Amino acid sequence: MPMAAGEIERLIKAALPDAEVEIRDLAGDGDHYAAHVVCPAFAGKARVAQHKMVYDALGGRMGGELHALQLTTAAPN
Amino acid sequence: MSDINSRIDEIVSKDDVVLFMKGTPLFPQCGFSSRAVAILENLGVEYGSVDVLQDMEIRQGIKTYSDWPTIPQLYVKGEFQGGSDIMMEMFESGELKTLMTEKGVKEVS
Repeated sequence: MPMAAGEIERLIKAALPDAEVEIRDLAGDGDHYAAHVVCPAFAGKARVAQHKMVYDALGGRMGGELHALQLTTAAPN
Repeated sequence: MSDINSRIDEIVSKDDVVLFMKGTPLFPQCGFSSRAVAILENLGVEYGSVDVLQDMEIRQGIKTYSDWPTIPQLYVKGEFQGGSDIMMEMFESGELKTLMTEKGVKEVS
């Protein structure tokens, strides 16, 4: 089921308020997104842990409603 | 301790590198799985794969086992490494190759 880009951004920012979130609609169909999330809270954390923090923010939608979200994460330089 | 966890324990200890995926390496059934296969093929390492579409118990069980919501999932020497996005980042930075070498993973002869 498609999910709006704005909704993805809202959920991530609700859980990680100081995150910078950039969403791209990859296929123009409102169903395949790439998200790049930069957040100070990621500092010192392994990638798996960073991705989990974003997945947690999405509250169980990842893998279900949100099948096609390509995710990259980073701590600010 | 449920049966499914011990089944997965067994799978991830059987091969050095195990990819849980949708479809098979020859016929991946999803773009993310296809990308994961392409990365492993490019690294030229031996790996085992599990088609979660053929096994509903593993399809659900692996998500809990790894505490990770999506498929594909990569295991190296029994350790969860991440999904296809993490594989891609690690591949591009050369980390994945280093990891395989450090862990003594066999290359395809």
